[in-house]
Amino acid sequence: MRGQPLLSPVIHREKMAAAPVMMPYFGQQISSKSDLVPDWTRQEVSTGTTIMAVEYDGGVVIGADSRTTTGAYIANRVTDKLTRIHDKIYCCRSGSAADTQAIAEVVAYQLGFHSIELDEPPLVETAANLFRASCYRYREELTAGILVAGWDKRKGGQVYSVPIGGMLVRQPVSVGGSGSTYIYGFMDANYKPGMNKEQCMEITAAALSLAMERDGSSGGVVRLASISEEGVERRVILGNQLPKFSTH
Amino acid sequence: CSCAVVNAVLEIEASKVGCSVPAARKTGTTICGVVFKDGVVLGADTRATEGMIVADKNCSKIHYISPNIYCCGAGTAADTEMTTQLISSNLELHSLSTGRLPRVATANRMLKQMLFRYQGYIGAALVLGGVDCNGPHLYSIYPHGSTDKLPYVTMGSGSLAAMAVFEDRYKPDMEEDAAKQLVRDAIAAGIFNDLGSGSNIDLCVITKNKVNYIRPHDEANKKGVRTGDYKYKQGTTGVLTKAVTPIDLELLEESVQTMDTS
Repeated sequence: MRGQPLLSPVIHREKMAAAPVMMPYFGQQISSKSDLVPDWTRQEVSTGTTIMAVEYDGGVVIGADSRTTTGAYIANRVTDKLTRIHDKIYCCRSGSAADTQAIAEVVAYQLGFHSIELDEPPLVETAANLFRASCYRYREELTAGILVAGWDKRKGGQVYSVPIGGMLVRQPVSVGGSGSTYIYGFMDANYKPGMNKEQCMEITAAALSLAMERDGSSGGVVRLASISEEGVERRVILGNQLPKFSTH
Repeated sequence: CSCAVVNAVLEIEASKVGCSVPAARKTGTTICGVVFKDGVVLGADTRATEGMIVADKNCSKIHYISPNIYCCGAGTAADTEMTTQLISSNLELHSLSTGRLPRVATANRMLKQMLFRYQGYIGAALVLGGVDCNGPHLYSIYPHGSTDKLPYVTMGSGSLAAMAVFEDRYKPDMEEDAAKQLVRDAIAAGIFNDLGSGSNIDLCVITKNKVNYIRPHDEANKKGVRTGDYKYKQGTTGVLTKAVTPIDLELLEESVQTMDTS
């Protein structure tokens, strides 16, 4: 029997790590002693991930890799971690696959209901707060690191980060997941405010490629999406088409 | 760290009587599914294990959810059985309420929300497949409640062996016979390369108007025929002495109790 799919990073409950750390997740595991069942089947399913979101003038660009792991086995190599919450609001999921799917579905329901009540497209900040409400209230039970990004009429393109623990902060650029540790330097060096949509797409694809190359828990294809007043445009960059940095 | 889930009270009570708590029966399994041109093909082996012993040589791992949706189950046998039955029942009620044939996405939602609620304590890893008004669909569902929607999935201890076959030979929009052969080969890979899987191969082919539940599709492990016999003819062992002691039984009481069958 396989373990739970995880989107790492996972951090020890005792420490409050500022940045996500690559550590094995010691979730509740079902008793299976003697067994014909190999060890990796008892791991929780993780989207050991790299996710990213960038604001530009007029919208946002979001990106993610496509790998979901149970221990050392890749349960899904073409995962879509860019989850639609509303027409122009998406979230990038990292952490436990079960936890993030459940939270995203709950928030999508709540936001859909709220939007019908308002008779108006919902605000990105509202969606982010709904995520934060669930992630903070159940912080002891959940392992979920989420980036909420989208476009609304009031503030344009926005990126909100809801990391493990349930903090909420708006940032122009945010990276997350176990692979993000490898690209903080790249982002600090290469991100400049005032980039346009195509530049954001390029930097996101480049950053994700670099992270996927180095992080064992990230890989597969790069999924990109841009959200603006015009709508949502989705792209997939397959493995062989990724930007290459190594010459050896 | 693997925290064994243990019923401490049961263990104490059992040891008082001099017994040990029996191990839960697991389907150390190979199950898989594939989407083809006209529908989905689900496959499963038929071995159920209790530790290292085969508890059931021919158990049925493809469970009925609704006329157009079936679900293969790996993990704790009781959990997969009861979970699929519960969702099947609720889905039938839902179908009567909506007046429509149930959708695979609905079954998926119901299963994942229940498994998430139990935080992985229900050890059911499922492959859910069916055909509805939106076409053929295939989901894999994990015990903690995460799901993946894919064109081909494998689960269970033999899933790596089966996935190797799929990754080599899967093509989109296959014909029914090619899909059946592919699933058969994937389960066979699990049966012959994984100790937790064995016996026969069951298939379930679901298309828009028809379900073909083929049990067994392939008896990959037929019981052999004994070439010798350990029976000896009467008289092989010589009898030296014979003493017969009749036991006299005295009838003490006879009473008749009629059963009320009205």
